[in-house]
Amino acid sequence: MKLDIPIRDSFRESRVFSSRLTITVIGIAILCLILLVRLVYLQIVSYGHYETLSQKNRISSLPLPPVRGLILDRNGVVLAQNFPVYTLEVTPELVEDMETLIKDIGRLIEISASDLERFNKQRKKRPKFEPQILRTHLSDAEAARIAVKRPFMPGVELQTRLQRHYPLGTLGIHTLGYVARISEDDQQKIDTSRYRGTQYIGKLGIEKSYESILLGRVGIERNEVNAYGRKLREVSRIAPVAGKNLYLNIDTRLQALAEEALTGKRGAVVAIEPASGAVLTFASMPSYDPNQFVNGIDQASYKSLLDNIDKPLINRALNGQYAPGSTIKPFLGLAGLALGKITHTSEVNCKGWFSLPGSKHRFRDWKKTGHGITNIKKAITESCDVYFYTLATKLGVKLMTQALAPFGFGRKTGIDLALESKGLLPTQEWQNARNEPWYAGETVILGIGQGPILVTPLQLATATAMLANNGVRMQPILRFASENPVSHKINRFSPKVKSRLPDFVLQHLPIIREAMVNVVHGKKGTGRRIGWNAKYKIAGKTGTSQVKGIKQNEVYNRKLTPERFRDHALFIAYAPADDPKIAVAVIVENGEHGSSAAAPIARKLMDEYLLGSAS
Amino acid sequence: MATSLTTLQRWNLDKPLGTALLMLAIISLGVIFSASGKDVSITVAQLARLGIGFVVLFLVAQIHPDTLARWTPYIYLVGLVLLVIVLITGVIGKGAQRWLNLGLFSIQPSEIMKLAVPMMVAWYFSQQHLPATSKQVVIGAGIILLPTVLVAVQPDLGTALMIASSGAFVLFLAGMGWTLITGILILIAASTPLVWTYLLHDYQRNRVLTLFDPTADPLGTGYHTIQSMIAVGSGGIFGKGWLESSQARLDFLPESSTDFIFAVFAEEFGLFGIILLFSIFVFTAGRGIIIAAYAQETYTRLLAGSLALTFFLYFFVNIGMVTGILPVVGVPLPIISYGGSSVVTLMAGFGMLMSIHANRKIAQP
Repeated sequence: MKLDIPIRDSFRESRVFSSRLTITVIGIAILCLILLVRLVYLQIVSYGHYETLSQKNRISSLPLPPVRGLILDRNGVVLAQNFPVYTLEVTPELVEDMETLIKDIGRLIEISASDLERFNKQRKKRPKFEPQILRTHLSDAEAARIAVKRPFMPGVELQTRLQRHYPLGTLGIHTLGYVARISEDDQQKIDTSRYRGTQYIGKLGIEKSYESILLGRVGIERNEVNAYGRKLREVSRIAPVAGKNLYLNIDTRLQALAEEALTGKRGAVVAIEPASGAVLTFASMPSYDPNQFVNGIDQASYKSLLDNIDKPLINRALNGQYAPGSTIKPFLGLAGLALGKITHTSEVNCKGWFSLPGSKHRFRDWKKTGHGITNIKKAITESCDVYFYTLATKLGVKLMTQALAPFGFGRKTGIDLALESKGLLPTQEWQNARNEPWYAGETVILGIGQGPILVTPLQLATATAMLANNGVRMQPILRFASENPVSHKINRFSPKVKSRLPDFVLQHLPIIREAMVNVVHGKKGTGRRIGWNAKYKIAGKTGTSQVKGIKQNEVYNRKLTPERFRDHALFIAYAPADDPKIAVAVIVENGEHGSSAAAPIARKLMDEYLLGSAS
Repeated sequence: MATSLTTLQRWNLDKPLGTALLMLAIISLGVIFSASGKDVSITVAQLARLGIGFVVLFLVAQIHPDTLARWTPYIYLVGLVLLVIVLITGVIGKGAQRWLNLGLFSIQPSEIMKLAVPMMVAWYFSQQHLPATSKQVVIGAGIILLPTVLVAVQPDLGTALMIASSGAFVLFLAGMGWTLITGILILIAASTPLVWTYLLHDYQRNRVLTLFDPTADPLGTGYHTIQSMIAVGSGGIFGKGWLESSQARLDFLPESSTDFIFAVFAEEFGLFGIILLFSIFVFTAGRGIIIAAYAQETYTRLLAGSLALTFFLYFFVNIGMVTGILPVVGVPLPIISYGGSSVVTLMAGFGMLMSIHANRKIAQP
């Protein structure tokens, strides 16, 4: 067959083949050029871009959240701790049908309406890829039931988390505050890099004030990961630094005593160590359980707390502002002596009422029959109103306001809690802002701590401690020390002097202090009912703060006055009188009489603190 | 002439081609060792395959081209039958039916076809007067399309296209008319929408779409492309150095030892390494073309030309795919990629080239 092929054809074949081969060589050259251009583009032009991507690919960093520091009282009683709990978390992004899933989970473990509501609330607020807590505190049996079914429920995770827990429940909540999940508002305010992997932030109280100490420092584990983010190898690890433990000046025994005494009432108790400003008790009642806030409170519970007529969410010790009533008298008396408006022998004849010159209006004394001839000591001991009406008119509003300021009234005490209230003194500035003229009668009632004057229980306690501490006002402080949880090295905070009374005031202090001892231990002292069996000397002053104005000629009728319009009962005291170790301010809302409602609470605290539980 | 035969020549071995193949084999072992995460067993397995490949090359080189030509129709027919069997009773591998389990070992009939198709088309034209007429081209096309379709429905689009290409190269080299070439190109272009809509599987369509925008589905179809481009790009001019490919080592790059091995090479050796690798590949393909040019018979020159061009096409398609200018079709980088059948097939092809060259008739002026 091959023999049939003419030679010329073979020639032609070769020529065609050669030309086609040449074309393919050109084709190869062109294709190689295309590849090279592409490679130059990738490896030279876009090198930086791909190098960056390559680096990003390799290393992923995993935050290692630190363990939050504990909060303890001055004796080491744990007030806030971290408690491992099983939590059931659902990542919304991974769930196809949330309703069905929740029904399925509901068949395994109990999901309450409030759990569900809280979950749905969080789910709407937070990004879809972030796991949200559906149930907390699963029992071992519940956790096991979920664990078995979990492979069939994508998006469901069983986690063991360290959750903030307040073992004493409501105790000291107004001091401690609580932590809760970081909100979007928080996100704006915090350095988010410090909170990587951390879910909780201090929202209130000490938890908020000392957030930076308690938080600790986030650690970072850098891993080589594959494209799906799976860890292949640990590259480096910076261990987290646990938050420092915080010791408070709070004495849980006193705190519990104060809260117990206030149970069923509304009020506040603040106890301070005069020499240091250490806040031993900082109680406000009613209170609430902080644990319910940690994972987000459900709407119904929150609403009931908000709507509660007793306002449990309000920290009365810090933000409750009350007319000081007669508890202001020792301070005004000291001012009068120092400013030379009275001497320790100046006398006023108290007939049971006081009138301004040229006015028929009678400012009544609490004692209808009057106290008779009264000097400053007697005026404080028996709480003579007429004496102080007189003193008030002598001093005038301006001097009174100026004289009260050094005790810390009308300004923040600087305690280590946020959002402290300032109280109110009728300063010129305040008067200017008010759309009403200043009435002479207002000056008069200011003398007995009524009218436009408001103090917080904390301010009262601080001012009392100042009297006890020879005129040196310490900044009230809750923190006692911080402790490194690893080395157990303790760092104690030093007390801070806020102000001192000048000598011309200080020289009159003994008279006031004597008078205050008489309040409790004198035969006619208004606080004598707590003094008769005391094993140490107490200096105190009772007070009653009017809630409702009583009209001229009207008689205060307890039975006709609804409970919430009854007077507030106040009591300030320090003890032992000659070497004060504790200063206390007590306010019982609508408790009517300082001597009966407030003073016994102060006595209980002082007994406990000075004598121990043995008494 | 016979007196000066060296050992190599006595065994029909071509020194330049053999040297280039050995170099590629060494590079293959080095890169696979790195890409597999210093897995000695994988590297040894590749060494074994390359060894088998070189043995096959040596054996095939001993077969005279005339013998090969005589066997060609039978090889082609056996290949067709095996393809049909694989379609009916194929073992599922990677979701596609490609492997035929023969008890002791498995074979991919499509691998046989990679050689059988160009052989068959070359054999057909060696029986005809050239340049090819339209009628001959149509018959040649039939020889190509039958196995191509059988492979494509497995579905193994990559291999099907390579088989079709190797046959088409023969048609082209045989002098297929330009009008016909133009006509077929137009036909292909026109049928593209139909093929796209009715013939391609979803995953195949996605692979093509990915080419235009790999970021559209970065963890799905676009994943391979994105990761391999990152690997290549981050290699830069000088590369990260041998065993320093983070993309492959960190498992970012799937199939880093097989189809995407070039990405590992590019990451580790950079543009300089690539130029060296290109040189060896182009030299190898070029040597094949020179062998084809020396060959004086229709069968041998067509077959040699097709083998050389197919080898280059593998190289081009693989690197095009890794660098993101071609869709991800399962085409390995010849010799370098880890894999069984394809190395043996390739080496058999180079054996044929060597045999063709050793048994060439000296050209008449």
